[in-house]
Order: sequence, then structure tokens, then C-alpha cells
Amino acid sequence: MLRLPAFQLLRPATVAEATHMLAELGPQAAPLAGGTDLLPKMKRRQLQPRYLVSLRGLRELRGWSGSPEQGLVLRAGCTLAEVAAQPAVRSAYRALAEAVAVCSNPILHRMGTLGGNLCLDTRCTYYDQTEHWRQALGWCMKAPGPRTPEEVPCRVAPGGSRCWAVSAGDGAPALIALGAKVRLVGARGERVLPLEDLYRDDGIRYLDKSPDELVVEVLLPPADGLRSTYRKVRRRGSLDFAALGVAAAVRQDPDGTVTSCRLVLGGVASRPLVLEEVASLLVGQRLEQEVLERVSEAVYRAVHPMDNTDFTVLYRRRTAPVHVRRALEALAS
Amino acid sequence: MERAVRLKVNGQEHRVLVPPHRTLLEVLREDLGLVGTKHGCELGECGVCTVLVDGEPALSCLVLAHEVEGHEVTTVEGLATDGQLHPVQRAFVESGALQCGYCTPAMVLVTKALLDRVPEPSGEQVREAVAGVFCRCTGYVKILEAVQAAARRLREARA
Ligand SMILES: Cc1cc2nc3c(=O)[nH]c(=O)nc-3n(C[C@H](O)[C@H](O)[C@H](O)COP(=O)(O)OP(=O)(O)OC[C@H]3O[C@@H](n4cnc5c(N)ncnc54)[C@H](O)[C@@H]3O)c2cc1C
Ligand code: SF4
Ligand code: FES
Ligand code: FES
Repeated sequence: MLRLPAFQLLRPATVAEATHMLAELGPQAAPLAGGTDLLPKMKRRQLQPRYLVSLRGLRELRGWSGSPEQGLVLRAGCTLAEVAAQPAVRSAYRALAEAVAVCSNPILHRMGTLGGNLCLDTRCTYYDQTEHWRQALGWCMKAPGPRTPEEVPCRVAPGGSRCWAVSAGDGAPALIALGAKVRLVGARGERVLPLEDLYRDDGIRYLDKSPDELVVEVLLPPADGLRSTYRKVRRRGSLDFAALGVAAAVRQDPDGTVTSCRLVLGGVASRPLVLEEVASLLVGQRLEQEVLERVSEAVYRAVHPMDNTDFTVLYRRRTAPVHVRRALEALAS
Repeated sequence: MERAVRLKVNGQEHRVLVPPHRTLLEVLREDLGLVGTKHGCELGECGVCTVLVDGEPALSCLVLAHEVEGHEVTTVEGLATDGQLHPVQRAFVESGALQCGYCTPAMVLVTKALLDRVPEPSGEQVREAVAGVFCRCTGYVKILEAVQAAARRLREARA
């Protein structure tokens, strides 16, 4: 059996209590939500927190409020199944509904939470392996085993000084395209920030937050005519993480002219890749072949995946423009 | 820290001394002797460790035993009553929906959970329900047939 390392399980009753526990224990502790990312990683000894702070009992993290007209608030403890079933998400925030639907599989949907999905660890072929596999290779910078990160190279880009592990969650690109913000609560207070600002371009320190800060809410702006979609490239129709995720959201005038556009890719960088310049090519245009052609070329130039996920780098780079285009075509029709 | 945990499994209360890092799968198999729940990848990928927690499928390899206190756990051992197989189990046997049988406890449980919610599932709903459990033998066709056969049996039993 692949067993968990020993740890202590703490069960706070409120978010405030949880954040104080996390602040006191520092990097030795981790929040435990559905555990569907954290526990497999602990079994493989990629992560070994000595304390797990269970968020399961926190009522403050349950449920949702609002509407597509006012804006929707989804609390971090909602399971992915609850998010997918939420009527406003299904009707007005399609990219999120579609992203959650293609996440993992239906059993994991009922276990995994929205907060856990947004804080998902980054992924890499050389990291998501058992301890023995990684030891045989001599470890890597992100999980250096008994050594220090300075002593071991990155296996993907050995000459460099950073980790290129990939942000492969499905929720984040969709929510960023939809203009979502997140509310973080820490031991010293709370703050609201655009979701894209939660992520850093670093495979090791991939979240721009302190260890005691919890994601408590996702705030979606009023839908206001926004139309959106999410596409995912993976080997199997279920279970696999995204080798590529494409979230697109557009607002159009009645004559079809695009007034605003957001394009966000998952699976190609250490953070969700927001294609701001590419999206700006669409503003003031209709979603017609000639414009889509230019957008495709710009996507190809903007995407530089590293060789550390499923499929070849060349395939992933070439497939990105194809799927951005298909997403936009779906929104045009 | 080891602590006595009260687990309700198949309607029966158990008190087990368990440290927090032990999974429900380990406790079911090793402490309670309920080896009907299988272990495969232990990483949330294969689904053969599926049990029902409050009637819904959950992967017991990724659930801490401490976290299911106060919840109802159902394993495959809890389905038969008075020595009679559950209609879903009978449908699996009669449809030839098992070969090695390793995935069967999980398949039977996800089927039960589906049919408890949706008595007349579409083909798509059935495929979605079993998508979380790997079967390396049958090629799934017989399993999909068994789920529909089980649905018919349960509807007839209710009528
Ligand atoms: C086989 C398999 C396939 C999967 N496929 C996909 C997939 O296709 N797409 C995908 O996106 N995910 C996938 N996942 C990952 C996972 O199931 C989901 O992302 C899930 O939503 C994670 O949520 P969780 O509650 O289980 O997170 P946990 O495992 O509990 O936590 C994940 C991380 O987030 C931290 N955390 C949790 N909640 C909070 C919070 N509120 N505030 C701050 N930090 C927090 C934890 O400390 C941990 O570091 C897969 C997992 C498995 C096992
Ligand atoms: S990108 Fe490099 S350092 Fe990061 S996980 Fe992969 S091999 Fe390790
Ligand atoms: S043993 Fe639990 S999913 Fe494979
Ligand atoms: S019958 Fe052998 S794995 Fe399904």
C-alpha cells in the first residue's frame, strides 16, 4: 500500500481559527479541503506537512449567493459537483460550468472543492512520480528530497534557476476569463484581488499569498451579456489533467462586433496564461475568418510550453491556436 | 495522535483506534476486515476503492478515517440482505458484467448510487457514473448493460 506519512489533524471551527492555526504553524502546515490533490502528493512524498488543518467543518466556506444580474459569490468549500450544478453557473457563466464538467471525473467532483482547485499544486512529469522514481533520478528542484533546491537541477531546463512546473487546473483559466476575483482571509486580515493576481510565474512558489491566507470566496461580476466557453485537450475523455485548457469570454454588440474579450490558457505555463494582447486583436472586430486567422498566429507566437507534461511540446504549441480558434468559433455561432 | 474513532459502516457502529494519517480504505480492509473494498492505485485514479459516504460515491483511498466520523459508510458487503444479493449485484452476475471482478465492488456501488438518484438513467448518465472506475477486463459494454438491467429490476420491484 502507498501510505500517507504521519501528521496531526487539526479541526478548527471557524475560518478565523483556521488562519490562526496556519499562521502559528507556518510552512509545516497545510489546509486540507477535499484532499484530492494534497493526499496523493503526500502519498508520493512530494509534500510532507506535519499538520493538516481541515476545512471540512467550516460552514463559512459552504454555499453560494447572488445571481447573474448582481454577480455571483461561490464559497471555496463548494464541491466541483455543486459548482457544476449551480443554476446561475450553468446559464450565465458557461466557461466555468464547462471547465468543471471536464475536471477529473464524477466521483472526484463530489470530493474536490473550488478552493482546492484554485490552489492546486503545479504539475510536472518529473515531479508527479513516486518517491522511489524521483530518488532514482536524483530528485529535482521542486522536491529536492534530502537535498536543498540549490543542489539539484530542474530536470526540464537543467541550466536554469527556476522551476517550470505547469498550472493545470481547469477552474482558474475559466474563472479568470470570466473576470472573477477572490477573497482571501488571513490571520492579519482579508483582501480581495483579481484571481489572475493570485498566481505567480514560478512552479515552486506558484501562489502569491502567505501560508495562513485561505481562499474563502470567488466573486463573479454580473454576467452582463458575457458569453464564454472552455475547451480541454487531454489523452482520455475523463480523469486526465489538461495538456491544454482554453477559456474564452466575449461580449458583443447586437451586430456581432466584439466589445470585450478575455482569453486564458491552462497547461502551458506555471500560471494561467492571460493572452491580453491577443484578445485585444478581437476588440472592435467581428468573429470572422480573417480576424481568427490573425488571432491564431498570435496565439502560436505567445505560447511556449516546456517538455514536462503529456504530449510533445510541438503538438501542444501547435494545438493551442487550433483550440483558441474553435472556442471563438463556438462563441460566434 | 491515535484516537478512538466511531465509524458507521453498513449500518453497524465500530470504535477503532486510528491515527489521523490512516485512510478509510486502510481502516476498512485492515481494521474491520472488510476486504470487499479493493485497493488499486491509492492515488485517486482507478476508482476501485469506491465506497458510498452518505449514499454518494467517494474514493476511500483519499478519505481520512477521522473525516468520516458521523457519516454513513456503505461498502459492497452492506448490499446483500438476508443472504440475498442486491438487485444491482444480481444484474451484474446475470449480465456477465465481471471477469476478474476486481472493479466489481466499485462498479456495483456507483451503480447503486446512480439508480438511487436517477431510476431511469440515459446511456450518457450511465457512462458518466462509471467513468470514475477503471475496468481492465470487460471493455465496459457488459457493465453498461448490467446497469440498465439493474435499473429495470429496481423499477419492477418498486412497481
Ligand atoms: C486522478 C485525479 C485527476 C484529477 N484531474 C483534475 C483535472 O482534470 N483538473 C483539475 O483542475 N483538477 C484535477 N484533479 C485535482 C483535484 O481533484 C481538483 O483540482 C480539486 O478541485 C482539488 O480540490 P480539493 O478540495 O480536493 O483540494 P485539496 O487537495 O484539499 O487541496 C489542494 C491544495 O490547495 C490547498 N487548499 C485547499 N483549499 C484551500 C483554501 N480554501 N484556501 C487556500 N488553500 C487551500 C491545499 O492546502 C492544497 O495545497 C485531479 C485529481 C485526481 C486525484
Ligand atoms: S519543472 Fe523542473 S524543478 Fe519544476 S518540477 Fe519539473 S523537473 Fe522539477
Ligand atoms: S485505489 Fe483509490 S482510486 Fe485507485
Ligand atoms: S472485471 Fe476485471 S477489472 Fe473489471
